Amino acid sequence: MKYTKKRNIRIPDYIYGILSLVIFITVWCLISSSKAGKIFASPIRVLEAMQAKIENGDLTRHTTASLYRALMGFSLAFMCALPVSFLMGWYRPFRLIVEPWVKFIKSIPPIAYIPLIIVAQGIGTSAKVTVIFIASFLVMVISIYQGVVGVDNTIIKAARVLGDNDFKLFYRVIIPASFPHILVGMRLGMSAALTTLVAAELTGAQEGLGQMIQEASMYFQMDVVLLGILIIGIIGFSLDRVIALLERRLTGWQETRKV
Amino acid sequence: MAGNQEGIKDVAVDIQQVKKIYETKNGQVIALNGVDLQIGQDEFICVVGPSGCGKSTLLNIMAGLDTATQGQILVKGKKVDSPSPDRGVVFQQYALFPWLTVEDNVEYGLFNKKMSRAESRETAERYIRMVGLQDFRKAYPKELSGGMKQRVALARAYAMNPSLLLLDEPFGALDAQTRAQLQAALLQAWEKEHKTCFFITHDVEEAVLLAQRVVVMSSRPGRIKSIVEIDIPYPRDQATRMQPHFAELKNEIWSQVYEEYLMQVK
Repeated sequence: MKYTKKRNIRIPDYIYGILSLVIFITVWCLISSSKAGKIFASPIRVLEAMQAKIENGDLTRHTTASLYRALMGFSLAFMCALPVSFLMGWYRPFRLIVEPWVKFIKSIPPIAYIPLIIVAQGIGTSAKVTVIFIASFLVMVISIYQGVVGVDNTIIKAARVLGDNDFKLFYRVIIPASFPHILVGMRLGMSAALTTLVAAELTGAQEGLGQMIQEASMYFQMDVVLLGILIIGIIGFSLDRVIALLERRLTGWQETRKV
Repeated sequence: MAGNQEGIKDVAVDIQQVKKIYETKNGQVIALNGVDLQIGQDEFICVVGPSGCGKSTLLNIMAGLDTATQGQILVKGKKVDSPSPDRGVVFQQYALFPWLTVEDNVEYGLFNKKMSRAESRETAERYIRMVGLQDFRKAYPKELSGGMKQRVALARAYAMNPSLLLLDEPFGALDAQTRAQLQAALLQAWEKEHKTCFFITHDVEEAVLLAQRVVVMSSRPGRIKSIVEIDIPYPRDQATRMQPHFAELKNEIWSQVYEEYLMQVK
């Protein structure tokens, strides 16, 4: 009988990443070469559209406009969401007053109130920032608040017994213990920001990726539409990666399940 | 063989007629119904009783984490009304700060004391050595076993140099072997550092092994049913369990706890 050693070579993760990309592009090619090809442009046509848009400067203009709005709305929302959610988690009366508002506005799709904001603030950048702010603020408040109230009670007791007063307890325990939820909140807030960004730009804008898609669809330039979609996806994906990286650096102490 | 309460010379803790009533939807629940107990300086007390008898409630009131509905607790003559670093607590669930390393956990409370950085580092180091974790000082809690986590919690409590140490079923979640190791470590520390220990457990054998006096609590509403003096000399170790007198005391306490358990079932 022959004994063969089982070779246990672990395939590195990045190989799967490449594989994932290859499958994605293959499926794309297949769809675009089928009957749907008239609407669904092939990767090459999208690349050509991209080259043209880069050459005339459109792409940079639209992308910067969109990115600026998304990051602006998101950052403002994050700065407001932190204190509000901590107050909600810490002071009962504040929570009882504010929580119904948050839940109420959260249940309204942004599309419904975008017209109102555009009438109030015009079709310029500020209206978009407002819309993005509202959407991503609400998502972050709910998520971070969950983290603050979810801090293990025995840890709080332990800190009190070790001599922490309310103030020290807050910044030595509540903040670090809520970190994982803050980062999850950031990820959700970021994706909410991008979703509403496009919605806001579709309803009326002079520039931005949403506007680029809207305009191209009127002239039936499906390659440009696809290009816009792709870039929004890439932006969302990269920003999510950045936050994930932050997460790994800051919350490596967490007990997590490894897959 | 009830221990007499009058014979204590240096009273470290004086529990006076402590009553605790919780208001719930289904009416009042009396958790503690008039508990009186005096604990001597450097004494090791274990409390046993059926679950729900209010042992943990009593410990929380002693720690200042909960308040008594009636009565009061004096520690060194001062009324307890809030947590204090002079009363260390070790919890069953370890309660370590998961974002801090072992040495930062042990050092945590020392920042609240007027102590230089070098001094607090040194103190933390001393107690990390006491519990035998010097090779793990840079490890995070998630990298430690349950027994090691509880060692960290013990070191953290000891580092504060409290006069009273409150332990709420600290070894309850550990396997038998680890528990025996930690019992030995605790006994050693107690004999060396001299602290008043108030130790809650549901394990009668553990209580007899550790304590000078074992307090048996009645089922809800919690009162002190009896106090049993454990006249086995220290140092004690795992071999102490083999002594016939150990078995006698254990059986006596166990039958009392069982009696209360039966009352509860009825």
